[in-house]
Amino acid sequence: MLSQKLSPRRRGYAAFMRILMAMAALSTAALVAFLLAYVLGKGIPHLSWELLSTKPSYLTERIGILPDILNTLYIVAAALGITLPLGVGAAVYLTEYAENKRLVSAIELAAETLSGIPSIIYGLVGMLFFCQFMSMKTSLLAGALTLVIMNLPTMMRTTQESLKTVPQSYREGAFGLGAGKWRVIRTVVLPGCVDGILTGCILSVGRIIGESAALLFTAGFAHSLNGFLEGLNSAGATLTVALYVYAKEQGEFDVAFAIAAILMLLALAIDLATALVGRYFKHRRNT
Amino acid sequence: MNTQRTLEHLIYGLFLLLGLVAVGCVLLITAYLVFSGLPAIREIGLVDFLFGDTWASTASEPRFGILPFILTSIWGTAGAIALGVPVGFFTAVWLAKMASPRVRSIMESAVSLLAGIPSVVYGLVGMLVLVPGIRTFFDVPDGASLLAAILVLAVMILPSIIKVSMTALQAVPQEYEDASLALGATPIETYFRVSVPAAKSGIAASVVLGVGRAIGEAMAVMMVSGNVANMPSLFESVRFLTSAVVSEMSYSSGLQREALFSIALVLFFFILLITASLNFFLKRGKEA
Repeated sequence: MLSQKLSPRRRGYAAFMRILMAMAALSTAALVAFLLAYVLGKGIPHLSWELLSTKPSYLTERIGILPDILNTLYIVAAALGITLPLGVGAAVYLTEYAENKRLVSAIELAAETLSGIPSIIYGLVGMLFFCQFMSMKTSLLAGALTLVIMNLPTMMRTTQESLKTVPQSYREGAFGLGAGKWRVIRTVVLPGCVDGILTGCILSVGRIIGESAALLFTAGFAHSLNGFLEGLNSAGATLTVALYVYAKEQGEFDVAFAIAAILMLLALAIDLATALVGRYFKHRRNT
Repeated sequence: MNTQRTLEHLIYGLFLLLGLVAVGCVLLITAYLVFSGLPAIREIGLVDFLFGDTWASTASEPRFGILPFILTSIWGTAGAIALGVPVGFFTAVWLAKMASPRVRSIMESAVSLLAGIPSVVYGLVGMLVLVPGIRTFFDVPDGASLLAAILVLAVMILPSIIKVSMTALQAVPQEYEDASLALGATPIETYFRVSVPAAKSGIAASVVLGVGRAIGEAMAVMMVSGNVANMPSLFESVRFLTSAVVSEMSYSSGLQREALFSIALVLFFFILLITASLNFFLKRGKEA
């Protein structure tokens, strides 16, 4: 249509930009496809029931990652259990209670600073504060507490975003009927922002599963099989830390790829869960 | 009625406390890093520590100069930005403006998958694909090098750049683009000369976010960079600020251990600068 009347220079510009965009988007897509295919392709053949259901044994030279799977679950449960009330509470304070503008901006600045700090620094401070100062030694609990601080900003932000979408008129209606502030929050505001809280939880689980640098010096490398409470008090490697140790220090690349494939599948599952939660609540809100 | 009021006060206090946890954490982290990082700097001397070009922490006469680490971190980050930003930027423009909704939603989940892959997995793939690849392709003795780290970091910062730039581009008011189209600009000209300039604060913020991720990444870099305290050079084995801390922490003691905390303090200082500039760009974006 119009393009026939354009000067060659403008046509050239459009074509050039189109090519650049196509190249960039294609390479991004190819990269994701390659990573998925490579990791799953090299990892899944090495996934066996024996690997998943046993612990490592030096006697039979067998490698099993059951302890690492359990450690990951324990850390996710402990860290999420603490992050959830802290993050939601902070978000409720910011959107429902806070009147002092300065304090609000101080808290928001703190959350932004926290989300920028690299995990290795969390690891060091976690080691100094939880393991040494609070004398928890190197343990899953110390690791989980370190991850609580790391995930606090995520939980705060997603909850806050969703609190802002609860219509002001709901609150006013409840106040008008004589409800106190706490009752309004409990019965009107919090139920209205379940989606944000849920999204925050899923994102945090993803970050906890993928974290390694913050756990190296707080939760340690051990591969022993423990129950939940006993496990929290003893050192243990999560899947990511185990991958690092097997790949970098022991040269067991087959095991490393098997773990990588598990982590990849978990990342896919988390991606899917976030999308589903978003879609489900969007649908519910519109009807 | 009175118990009701006490309850409300109590709950207010509780929420206030929860709100202050984040502030407390920042103060705690800052205090710990400063107090554990300063002694070694005082003992070694600030200038010798920051600008010393030799790191030999376990030698009989130990030297603690971290200039190689600082320069490696800066070069590594710069390289990752130079490779990652163009790819991320053009992908973001394409996704925000030209892709069909279906393709966009598929690509969006692909990008968030990229963000969700743990850094050790990137490290592992880098170790087994990039490192041997660089060795044979460039015919160098060891592929574990600054170049391998740059490539891994470039991939790792892609999702932040694409996501944040895309959000900024999608927030550009439709009227701007309509006006430009009505004046006879082609769609492509409109995207790059109207939408992109209008979203420039957000795009700048995405770059700064990428810088923060790249400079703070530890595990992936540790697995592909060879981890020798050399001055940065593309095909040499190098050590970053982050990997310097990781590689020696487990067996360190005395002044060596304190020096590792000082390295973390230097890294923290860089991160604070980056967070401050991120805030600057985001605030400017909001005002504009």
